[in-house]
Amino acid sequence: MTTRFSSTLKPLVFCLSLLPLVYLLWQVYLVVNGQENGMGADPAKTIVQFNGDWALRCMLLTLAVTPLRQLLGWVELARVRRMLGLFAFTYALAHFTTYLALILEFEFNELGTEIVKRPYIWVGFTALCGLVPLALTSNHLMMRLMKRRWRLLHQLVYPVAALQLTHLFWLTRSDYTEPFIYSVVFLLLMGYRVFKWRQRRPKMGRAEVAS
Amino acid sequence: MLIKKPDAFKPSEITPEAVYLQRRTFIQGAGLGLGAMLLPGMGMAALDANQPIKDIARYTGDWQGSTLAPDWLRQKVSQARPSRHLAQEPSTPWDIVTTYNNFYEFGTDKGDPAEHASDFKTDPWQVEIAGQAEITGSFNLEDILKPHDLEERIYRLRCVEAWSMVVPWVGFPLADLLKRFKPTSKAKYVRFETLFDPKQMPGQRSRFAALDYPYREGLRIDEAMNELAFVGVGLYGNAMPPQNGAPLRLVLPWKYGFKSIKSIVKIEFLEYRPVSSWERSNPKEYGFYANVNPQVSHPRWSQASERRLPTSLFSPNRRPTLMFNGYGDEVAHLYAGMNLRNDY
Repeated sequence: MTTRFSSTLKPLVFCLSLLPLVYLLWQVYLVVNGQENGMGADPAKTIVQFNGDWALRCMLLTLAVTPLRQLLGWVELARVRRMLGLFAFTYALAHFTTYLALILEFEFNELGTEIVKRPYIWVGFTALCGLVPLALTSNHLMMRLMKRRWRLLHQLVYPVAALQLTHLFWLTRSDYTEPFIYSVVFLLLMGYRVFKWRQRRPKMGRAEVAS
Repeated sequence: MLIKKPDAFKPSEITPEAVYLQRRTFIQGAGLGLGAMLLPGMGMAALDANQPIKDIARYTGDWQGSTLAPDWLRQKVSQARPSRHLAQEPSTPWDIVTTYNNFYEFGTDKGDPAEHASDFKTDPWQVEIAGQAEITGSFNLEDILKPHDLEERIYRLRCVEAWSMVVPWVGFPLADLLKRFKPTSKAKYVRFETLFDPKQMPGQRSRFAALDYPYREGLRIDEAMNELAFVGVGLYGNAMPPQNGAPLRLVLPWKYGFKSIKSIVKIEFLEYRPVSSWERSNPKEYGFYANVNPQVSHPRWSQASERRLPTSLFSPNRRPTLMFNGYGDEVAHLYAGMNLRNDY
């Protein structure tokens, strides 16, 4: 990879990740102005679903960064990991906020009941809660202050992704093709990590025996 | 809930669509002010008796999808007359009724059926009648429909997913159809079956479908014979669009939408209670009866309220859900003595 490309990588990924949001705002503009739009008969639901889909996609992209960096030997890729992670958080937050505003109309009593009674909602809500500390500690300062505990904390991203998938499976009513595809991607990315981790461990074991 | 509960509607209070559509002229003619125009449908009861019912609700746009239906059927549908079952709420626009569908044989997104069913072949069509009846066998659609005069019924439609519509159907009472086959005393239940044709129905080819196809639904015989149970063959004065269940489907307004099975190819009279498709797929979530019931919440959706389509972005058009979708006067007696919390 040329250095020139690498220097444009970050702004490029930023713009690409922003595209869904721009599309959504454009559609909302059309809906609000009563113009022809792609939001269907129930725009509120479409918007909530759209944000949820992109939260999960950005999450999987974030998880793909390290394996791709190692497999392709493309070191610069590491520089977009945090940004993708923050986009995953942004879309997840937008998913929750639009659900709260457009579906529940800020009826917090109802939110309480929904979270307790509907398993897929509390699973999704837990996933969002798990993303909050990750987003808050994503800056360099926190990385420096937390040292090794930062790594440990950010392992939380794996159970959060698993919760997001559970959320999707649970709310799917009839056809599991889409959650299945996302799960395969997730399992491949996790499988790669387990493989790497096991590859490192026996070496360490041998080293110990040798000494 | 902050939402005010509207009064329950009695059939006698329901304003025919034709009269309803004329309210503007009436209001202008009578010299009533803006205040009256803000109360659609109010004060119309007095008009009912004098005003002859002229016509059914008709779609006149340029969508050609229902031209897939044979000429004789389109003509028959266009001659339908209004009935006394006309919900007084404004009907959900044609565009939404025909593009927001749950018909999983054609895909799981609401827009999928409109897209994937656009050349669904419904002519010729046969319906098999089987089981505990004196007359059984396979019948052409034309013979199934021939003796029936078609009427329009504007019914509320409540989906288990907590959204609802108001739809001007064209069809005839299910009881009239079933009686022709002379069900025997052993016919305690009726089972209906949708077409199984994976070549035409992409949803039936999916490896990850939660439903076992063909789709099946069932009714107790007294439910099936109730005056509200309706066979739909048209919509807005047009032959039924494929995505809405062409060429014939059930319309059971007091039950969740999934009971109103689409594109029927088989009707079977049974001695035992059949298991319906959703019930088989997930018995904890879907019962056999599936009556609209705001008190019994579904594990995924609270059923206390519903969003009437179309919604606008900042007004979800949410309203409280009524027991039996507001059709208690006609159907509550069917379930007397039953615990509807258990028989959901």
